[in-house]
Amino acid sequence: MSGTTDAGLVAPGRGAGLLDVVRQRYLLRLVVRKELRVRYRGSVLGLAWSYVRPAVQFAVFYFALGEFLQQRNTLPPFALYLFSGIVVINLFSEGFANATRAVTGNAPLVKKIYLPRELFPVSSIWVALVHFFPQLVVLLVAAVALGWRPTLLEVAVAVLGALVVLTLSLGLGLLFGALNVAYRDLENIVDLIVMVAVWFSPVLYPWTLVRDSLGEGTVLLWLYQHNPLTIAVELFHRAFWWPVQTAPPEAWQIPDRLVVNGVLALLFSLAVLALGQLVFRRLEGRFAQEL
Amino acid sequence: MQAIAVRDVEKVFQLRHDRSLKELAVARLRGRPSGDSFSALGGVSLDVQQGESLALLGFNGSGKSTLLKLISGVMQPDRGSIGVRGRIAGLIEVGAGFHPDLTGRENVYLNAAILGMDAATTRARFDDIVAFSEIERFIDTEVKYYSSGMFLRLAFAVAVHTDPEVFLVDEILAVGDEPFQAKCLARIRALHAEGRTLVIVSHDLDTMAKLCERGVVLDHGRLVLDGTAQEAVRHLRA
Repeated sequence: MSGTTDAGLVAPGRGAGLLDVVRQRYLLRLVVRKELRVRYRGSVLGLAWSYVRPAVQFAVFYFALGEFLQQRNTLPPFALYLFSGIVVINLFSEGFANATRAVTGNAPLVKKIYLPRELFPVSSIWVALVHFFPQLVVLLVAAVALGWRPTLLEVAVAVLGALVVLTLSLGLGLLFGALNVAYRDLENIVDLIVMVAVWFSPVLYPWTLVRDSLGEGTVLLWLYQHNPLTIAVELFHRAFWWPVQTAPPEAWQIPDRLVVNGVLALLFSLAVLALGQLVFRRLEGRFAQEL
Repeated sequence: MQAIAVRDVEKVFQLRHDRSLKELAVARLRGRPSGDSFSALGGVSLDVQQGESLALLGFNGSGKSTLLKLISGVMQPDRGSIGVRGRIAGLIEVGAGFHPDLTGRENVYLNAAILGMDAATTRARFDDIVAFSEIERFIDTEVKYYSSGMFLRLAFAVAVHTDPEVFLVDEILAVGDEPFQAKCLARIRALHAEGRTLVIVSHDLDTMAKLCERGVVLDHGRLVLDGTAQEAVRHLRA
């Protein structure tokens, strides 16, 4: 091989990770459209199902908790309290669970054509965002009907909460999705995490109950309060429910330093994203042969 | 100037037998390895010049497809290095990016994007692609209702209308009926005449001898012959 020069040659299959996905937005758009088409194939209602599912979930919680368990007077308007929290958890659950399955679910492509593989988890998060939108519409309509008139602060707080959830679910999705290629146990673990997530954040009850139960100043309470999902849920409560709520002050207060913790949660989520990307890139070279 | 440089590339596959926790634990206790390894490529070096057409030949299990996957970037070598110049399109099993629940039209756009084409180029070439595939009537039908021939024709049509500098082709010359095959071969010759680099894997030795200038024979992961395509075919038949 003497006399030949290797200058200008590039090693194939070593992309720039998430940056490549940003560069290939057109491809990302088509993959997202494919996911949505496939999800609603042969269905008459199609994307309208993304309104039906959360509405039914909401109705079940509303009647079971608000009426049967008599919670409706604790945090009025209880419907809005529930819904503003549930949409956060729905966004997280769908994004995280589907991103974890994204690489294994696209095995035929991963095995045969080189693409930036981050494309698949990112498209899962994007699909979750598409499903988040109708829920947000329902939430906004309900809030405005109850007299909600947002200021810039409410908007900023909601955006911060959504950013925390999106970053966190993408980071965890990359991490678990990469490991899931070799060990399919991971997707079961993720299902467990998602199932538990709704109970370990103040979606169905006020956080003050946890404070009273665990006790002020305990490690467990600190962990509960600094769970990024707890913070995101409280940011949404602050944005959509707090301005119109009529709960007595002893039943609910805005958690201390909520916005500061929100920024910290975003930084933490970015660190998770960096870790997820690192692990993903480390394992990516073996995807094609493991699948 | 070379388009592809393969340097002392090795690829070993781990064949894992045990997957469950119980099996892994038992294997560990008995001191038995939890899998075998299989060497698919053992120290292969190869230079492909720009504009060359290379036939990669060998019997089943010789490592041809593995080498193609390494060049396309789908897999990474365990040792050695691979360098490529210019954009590569792997026609490694055409239709890999096709989804049965999408229509032919949607699949054309998606697959073209997967192979690196932007929206404007795909739009501009869309009619050519459909005309080449000869399935105009069914282009807005979901691909799951296609016959296997229609499916392969459309997939092949998309693949040969992208414009990468290097084409990697794996066993796709068995597409469709005889007239369509002739059309495919003509298209591949045209791509070659445009100065694109071709690396083709196939068991159709007669076609390979006619289509390619250079031939390389792999045997159990080693390069055993590098000459003209005719020489390579003669070696395999010997």
